[in-house]
Amino acid sequence: MKETVTLFKREFMGYFRSPVAYVFLAVFLVGAMGLPWFLGGFFESNDASLRPFFLFLPWIFLFLVPAVGMRLWSEEKRSGTWELLFTLPIGIWQAVAGKFLAGWAFVSLAIILTLTMPITIAYLGSPDWGPVFSGYVGSILMAGAFLGICSAVSALTRNQVISFVVSLIICLALVLLGWSAFNELMLALNLPVWLVDALANFSFVTHFEGMVAGLIRLRDVVFFASIIAFSLAITVLILER
Amino acid sequence: MINVRNLVKDYGPIRAVDDVTFDVRKGDILGFLGPNGAGKSTTMKMITGFLPPTSGRTEIAGIDVAERPREAKRHIGYLPESGPLYPEMTVIEFLRFIAEMRGLSGAKAAAALDRAIELCHLRAVRHQPIETLSKGFRQRVGMAQAVMHDPPCLILDEPTDGLDPNQKQEVRRLIASMAKEKAIILSTHILEEVEAMCNRVIIIAAGRILVNETPADLLRRHPNYGAVELELAHGDTGNLRNTVKDLDGVASVESLNGKLLIRPKNQTDLKSLLWNRALAEKWPMKSLEPANLRLEDVFRNLTQKDGESIEERTPPAAREKGQTAA
Repeated sequence: MKETVTLFKREFMGYFRSPVAYVFLAVFLVGAMGLPWFLGGFFESNDASLRPFFLFLPWIFLFLVPAVGMRLWSEEKRSGTWELLFTLPIGIWQAVAGKFLAGWAFVSLAIILTLTMPITIAYLGSPDWGPVFSGYVGSILMAGAFLGICSAVSALTRNQVISFVVSLIICLALVLLGWSAFNELMLALNLPVWLVDALANFSFVTHFEGMVAGLIRLRDVVFFASIIAFSLAITVLILER
Repeated sequence: MINVRNLVKDYGPIRAVDDVTFDVRKGDILGFLGPNGAGKSTTMKMITGFLPPTSGRTEIAGIDVAERPREAKRHIGYLPESGPLYPEMTVIEFLRFIAEMRGLSGAKAAAALDRAIELCHLRAVRHQPIETLSKGFRQRVGMAQAVMHDPPCLILDEPTDGLDPNQKQEVRRLIASMAKEKAIILSTHILEEVEAMCNRVIIIAAGRILVNETPADLLRRHPNYGAVELELAHGDTGNLRNTVKDLDGVASVESLNGKLLIRPKNQTDLKSLLWNRALAEKWPMKSLEPANLRLEDVFRNLTQKDGESIEERTPPAAREKGQTAA
């Protein structure tokens, strides 16, 4: 446990030792706040809600979370430092958890920095704080699920580009499954409704939308938590080989 | 202190390490020699618990590495090949991280940190990011992290690789200074290093141990062991050659750059034999010296078959696993 905390600290601080963290934060903040303003009609809607902001988030995560997650294990493998790490008295589970939590904390920090959005809304109107809160909880959970998948993929390869692209494709699939246009396409292909529903249930978006609407449902939380646990277990299995 | 029993590592159909067994006691410095790809690094990685062996077992201070890996790892200091480090951290940040991971805290950590920095002469660069350091300093940072917790077992994969002669000397001194208290395994390509530091040598080729003995014993395998080189003042050794050849105790005589290379039979002391003869018969002798024995020749003889070196057998899969699995 103590080792996990030590590793967490090293990893989290590590993001700020390189310019990557600042580039990431800048791109994320510009994207996450710019898209709803310029594409989402955030201002014109004349509605004191963060809905347009949250609905763009899965698409931004799609590109930016793999950018954080691609180096989790790939970099350690490429530079050989995982040899150093795993000859220290730390279990594989603890190492995987420490690195994942650090990445998650970093992405969560980026999400928290967007709190200027609700502050702006509160200045302009009077938002309903319930959905704002649940939306943020959902965003952080969803980012964790994205990152878990990136962790597993990055354990597979020492090449960060491969790690990024494969993570992105898997995450894209998990977003698309719940996209209404995509579901209608599947129905148009005469796929049975129960199958389309089952597939849509695997989508991040399906489980995220409830939280954007203001509902923190147990099944949605369990869904994201189990995606995280499952992908970390896969990471451990890969590293144990 | 380190007991290695029948270690085997397979990469698919290829056997990278084949039934390796040896012991290292406290006070030993074991030199691990072998051509590239012979299985040195793979063996070391298995001993440290980084790589699970296909079969066989390792005990560190009586602790089975496979059964209680974390406990065993507490007793090991390991310098991986080509010294991987976190480049963006400063020396002190990195070493502090290692100390904390090793379970040291407070005054204990500060003392360990101080000791490691002192031992490896890192004080001047302690606030520099590791990526800005020269190869010699990086290697010393690697050494510092390996000795941080004052482990009873040190495993050093090519500790002097890529260093200049002064730095090599420095690292050798460092290792020698710790030798009494620890069991040390080091791998190297430099045979003089083995002669200078190690009290035991293992030569490994194609995954198998060829030789496990002291450097002095290893030298005995040299074809010129006990041989002498004789040089005459006028340089013409033609006449003398036959005389020497017929002497009792001489196995063979060879002309070599105007000198005679004389090999003994039954471990005869050739030097005194020839001196006496030379004095009695008034040979115009210029010099009589023991033949130059190079461990390299022994190494080459052992690791080459029919003039071909035993080829690198580590498959690409092995590289993925462990940087360069040598």
